[in-house]
Amino acid sequence: MLTKKQLFTRGMLDISPHMLSVIPFGIICGAIGVELGFNPYLVYTMSFIIFGGASQIVFLQLLSGGASSLVAVASVGIINSRHLLYGAVLSEYLEKLSFIKKLLISYVVVDQGFAESNKFFKKNRSEEFLHFHLIGTGCTMWVCWQIATLSGIILGSFVPEELGLKFAIPLTFIAIVVQDLKKIDHVIVMIICGLSSLLFFDAPFKSYIIISPVIALFVAALLLRLKK
Amino acid sequence: MTLASIIFAGILTYFTRMTMIALISRDMLGDKIKAVLEYVPSAVFPAIIFPGIFINDYGAFIEINDPKIFGALVAVIVGYFSKNIIATISAGLVSYWFLIFVVFN
Repeated sequence: MLTKKQLFTRGMLDISPHMLSVIPFGIICGAIGVELGFNPYLVYTMSFIIFGGASQIVFLQLLSGGASSLVAVASVGIINSRHLLYGAVLSEYLEKLSFIKKLLISYVVVDQGFAESNKFFKKNRSEEFLHFHLIGTGCTMWVCWQIATLSGIILGSFVPEELGLKFAIPLTFIAIVVQDLKKIDHVIVMIICGLSSLLFFDAPFKSYIIISPVIALFVAALLLRLKK
Repeated sequence: MTLASIIFAGILTYFTRMTMIALISRDMLGDKIKAVLEYVPSAVFPAIIFPGIFINDYGAFIEINDPKIFGALVAVIVGYFSKNIIATISAGLVSYWFLIFVVFN
């Protein structure tokens, strides 16, 4: 049985390699806000209140492009609706927690943290304080995201744009799913999701980000039925 | 951009994170749904990966010889065999940089 501290540290270690892509992306995100002419304090507030990488950039770009606040807010909600799926997966491991603890831990659920903690949870179901792993991944992400966006806001885009570091984001997610390429059913689900995301890319409010997972999960359900 | 719109966006985002964790209990999800949920990472992350590779900053499809496709392929191969996140990201970036700064320059 691992202690709370060991699990927290393990979570920190498991997510830290992803900071290689998260930190440059955070710097870009902060710098974009200032470049688009928004109040630096408000740009930073987003990292604290919304705390969701891609959705923050979309929010800024929509508003600077003249979209109404309603459209911008709705887009953030739709982009982040994928967290509902993460929550559904994690709820099984967090159900013993008190309601208040569930409310608190929810704030730090992020893509990479979900991915790494979910991998850990599957292998260590019997651990008593599993949620400390999720707190470890989430807090690491939170601290790095705050520092990265803040430095982007203060120092501007000191990461040269020519480097194309936004490309690190798809790479970080490739690192997450690449081992599942061994399983044919997962490969099918991934391809369906990927192709749907390109097909529906122009759907309103960036909704491709939730439409394609829903389609892919339907396909997954069909595959499960065929397997039987 | 007003503070109010940021707060609304933040509340909405928080609800997406909290709803399923705090308001759903294990009994509400049957075994079939749980089996489907096993596929969540494979069903969600490609929706971030594919547009990040195949669609450029202006929302248009990239050319078939775009360096990003090569970089992503290198990342997949290195990631598959190394099982190492840093190696995967670095391999993808370095091969991408090699193409844009050395080969296509």
